[in-house]
Amino acid sequence: MDALFLSRLQFGLTAFFHFIFPPLSIGLATIIAVIELQYFRTGKELYDKMARFWFKLFAITFAIGVASGITMEFQFGTNWSQYSRFVGDIFGAPLAAEGVFAFFLESTFMGLLLFGRDRISKAMRFFASFFVALGSTLSAFWIIVANSWQQTPAGFKIEGGRAVLTDFFAAVFNPSTVPRYLHTVDAAYITGAFFMMGISAYFLLRNKNVEIARTSMKIALIFAVVAVLAQGLLGDLHARQVAVTQPAKLAAFEGAWESSSNAPLNIIGLPNPGKESTSFSIGIPGLLSWLVYGDSGARIQGLKDFAVADRPPVAATYWSYRAMILAAGWFVVLVLWGAILLKRGRVYTNRKFLTAAYYSMLMPLAVNEAGWFAAEIGRQPWIVHGLLKTSAAASPLPAYQVLLSIILFGAVYSGLLVVLITLVRREVRQAMTGDSEVAGVAGAGSGISQPGMPV
Amino acid sequence: MDLNTAWFLLVGVLIIGYAILDGFDLGVGSLYYLLGKTNEERKVLLGSIGPFWDGNEVWLLTGGGALFAAFPLVYATVFSGFYLAMMLVLFGLIFRAVAIEFRNQIDEPVWRQRWDFLFFVGSFLPALLFGVAVGNVAQGLPLDNAYNYTGGFLALLNPYALLLGLLGLAAFLMQGVTFTMMKTEGTLQKRAEGLFGTIWISFVALYLAGSIYTYIVAPSLFDNYIRYPVLYLVPFITVAGIALAPWAVRYARYGTAFLASSLCMAGMILTLALGMFPNWVPAVDPNLSLTIYNAASSQLTLKAMLIIALAGVPIVLFYTIYVYRVFKGKVKLNQGGY
Repeated sequence: MDALFLSRLQFGLTAFFHFIFPPLSIGLATIIAVIELQYFRTGKELYDKMARFWFKLFAITFAIGVASGITMEFQFGTNWSQYSRFVGDIFGAPLAAEGVFAFFLESTFMGLLLFGRDRISKAMRFFASFFVALGSTLSAFWIIVANSWQQTPAGFKIEGGRAVLTDFFAAVFNPSTVPRYLHTVDAAYITGAFFMMGISAYFLLRNKNVEIARTSMKIALIFAVVAVLAQGLLGDLHARQVAVTQPAKLAAFEGAWESSSNAPLNIIGLPNPGKESTSFSIGIPGLLSWLVYGDSGARIQGLKDFAVADRPPVAATYWSYRAMILAAGWFVVLVLWGAILLKRGRVYTNRKFLTAAYYSMLMPLAVNEAGWFAAEIGRQPWIVHGLLKTSAAASPLPAYQVLLSIILFGAVYSGLLVVLITLVRREVRQAMTGDSEVAGVAGAGSGISQPGMPV
Repeated sequence: MDLNTAWFLLVGVLIIGYAILDGFDLGVGSLYYLLGKTNEERKVLLGSIGPFWDGNEVWLLTGGGALFAAFPLVYATVFSGFYLAMMLVLFGLIFRAVAIEFRNQIDEPVWRQRWDFLFFVGSFLPALLFGVAVGNVAQGLPLDNAYNYTGGFLALLNPYALLLGLLGLAAFLMQGVTFTMMKTEGTLQKRAEGLFGTIWISFVALYLAGSIYTYIVAPSLFDNYIRYPVLYLVPFITVAGIALAPWAVRYARYGTAFLASSLCMAGMILTLALGMFPNWVPAVDPNLSLTIYNAASSQLTLKAMLIIALAGVPIVLFYTIYVYRVFKGKVKLNQGGY
């Protein structure tokens, strides 16, 4: 095991772990801001209790997001010094901007809400929640600017072996920034909405905290319907951009080896890189060409168009992409089902739907990771597309040092995950048994004790 | 003043801001067991830094980002060169972050003891290691032609670097102890007052020893001072802080004491920075030193970043001050929390 391999493993591991949290934070923070807005507008105690309950869960996950994010900021220097030297002129700026425009906003108002919620007015509570949501959403923007520049570099020239900025806005709004940002933030909304739907469903199935659970389910479901349907358009936008800017990646998504006009949209198959073919492939003829170029006769490049050394690992890219798409299909079914039930007034009592929502609660987290896999494995062998290969980017470190840090990261992050799951479960259970202030709502006249509840 | 110098100063401001602000919560964490004996006292200590520590840490993230953006070669050389030390700092910061937030989630002694320990370790390690890192940079690093650090991990633990580590630790402890006096009352405040004397004397002794040792190990750090004697005014910021602090504590002017301690911290970092200028990382072979010119980003990037800083920082200061004002005064239990 050499240091390069270990540094790649470590970055993958730490980014994988970190990326569990920001989408959840962005999604939850946004929905919580909406709840705080409702509280500010109506002054109803229900919204106050709702905001407090969800904020508590949000805070627990936020903590680990922050802790694991610190690692990411410094790892470019520690493990990828050659990369940092090559791209520093461009890549550092969005990271600094993220600090100035996003992290300060997010963390300062987070502190205010955690410790000062009862010292500030309703209006200020709303603004603080809004700023936390805004901060987390802006932070996604800047980190996606940085990542997008790796994928589709723009606004630079190569000078003295380094990428040098020539046009700031061209670099920031490089060809993939906007499609990637919209796609990722929408995924975050789906993540937050599904999390809230799942826990609300859990309460409704057990007939606890009914009032909070009903209102939360309604808000989260509306969020989910809009976000999931929008993702159809945004995902398509992003995939079309990939087709144009990173054709080898798109070919790996589709398991397409031969270039073809009338290219089929692959449904499922078994890519076999050794034989340079995809077995048992089922696809819809012409659909890929049509989706990308609006013309079913348009030519789409296959993997064989690229030198073997310039192709991404096909199987991993293909399967992550496939996992994301298949799960998205389920999300559409689930939210449409929910929307119909909501319209008929039966969403709070349909046990099948509630059970499905409960078990789908964490699925978007896995789908986010799959999408990230597809995007980043599909970027290989480049660390900056077309400019610098990953193999030339690592720090010249002694392998044992990286091995040591990987072992530590593995141990610490696993431990944190266990603690996190314990705490979230505990918080939800307490809300049901009356240990927490939330349960006070139930006792204080929610539907729980009323006879004739349909569940 | 050119853009490179401006960014040297701006990164310096971020480092000083970080050292002063995160300094007090790292200090409180390092003194955690000495200050807080009972569960209630520890809750008050955590409550005193609770609303701020996360925002304070953003100074480090932003400083790191700014260093990456403005002087990428420094970022790459120092962080990869200090690999294991950096990892220890990162793990420390991770432990701290989760310990602060999780300690009071479950009301059970064993649970609390574990997080208490991680909070202490996670505060103490960075508080010590920042100074060790500075000590290594100040005396010059062995670099190869590609600006990669060639020494091993153990070479980082040399006497001079360790002395600066202790000096840094003492400065963080002074931040922590004066902050505690300012934000608490009763037993905690008395205990902080009791610790202050020892910390102050240690700081003064280490500061003198550090200055003399610097003259022996890295006499070139005094070149700028010899050339421009007016710069000797800067170390007087530290001297003023040293003189002011005990007086302020004696007359129970705790806010002033915290300010004095912050002056010590700021003065010390500025003194060193002016000695290093225009170097960022002096190398053993002076031809390989990373300076504000050969390690910098392009003029266009520095200009774009300056605009970002000028647009963003005033807003940050505005709401940061607002939030500090909301939490003005002594900490009370049950003020909320995680």
